[in-house]
Amino acid sequence: MMAAEVETETDKDFKRTMLGCLGSLRAFGVSLTGRHDRADDLVQDTIMKAWAKKSSFEPGTNMKAWLFTILRNEFYSQVRKAGREIQDSEGFYTEQLATNPGQYGALDLQDFKAALEKLPDDQREAIILIGASGFSYEEAAEICQCAIGTIKSRVNRARTRLAELLNVEGEADYGPDSGSLAVTTRTFVG
Amino acid sequence: MKNDHTDSMEGHGLPGPFGEIPRKLKEYYDSLQEQAIPERFLDLLERLDQAERAAMNAATAEETK
Repeated sequence: MMAAEVETETDKDFKRTMLGCLGSLRAFGVSLTGRHDRADDLVQDTIMKAWAKKSSFEPGTNMKAWLFTILRNEFYSQVRKAGREIQDSEGFYTEQLATNPGQYGALDLQDFKAALEKLPDDQREAIILIGASGFSYEEAAEICQCAIGTIKSRVNRARTRLAELLNVEGEADYGPDSGSLAVTTRTFVG
Repeated sequence: MKNDHTDSMEGHGLPGPFGEIPRKLKEYYDSLQEQAIPERFLDLLERLDQAERAAMNAATAEETK
């Protein structure tokens, strides 16, 4: 009887904490996929998966990071399932980028979004996790299951590529790999 | 600003223009984060919770028999 009560209390916390994470989880999904409908499907799958394996969640640890990891895994398993269909959206986004943002200071949010979509998935998620979601490099590395150095270099490449795409000055002199434009432009994974 | 994670992206001695990118990224992300959470997710969580509680009560009732 006692045990059951304690468990219910923990469950309530689990639910409450999860509710508190949904806003940023959804923002992560949208910025990862560029689409609200896909993001919402991911969030729904994440909620179900997280609930099903909530006994594996250690209370007191970072639930946001845990949920982001689940959503991210779900995203990549969908990308794998769909093959290159999802990856191959270059044309669509190029179209969206038709207006040249040109001078900085006038960067339009739509243009920024379109440029973000053009990044390879691994660079996009790295710059989002570090630059927007508020995770540390350590946490981002854990979420992406890679080394901290890998996250750092992905963030750098993402930033350089964004600067190129958005035509902001400065990347030619300061980017670590501004010569890699050709390499990054072709992202036909596999 | 110092304890802000975005700061770490701006802290490479890079000139102004690069600063625009972290700022835009945050602006974009925040605009998404501020959107209302669709009702369906709140319903889903509620249903998962209720289903589990019902199952747990059933199990407890079974045990106390």
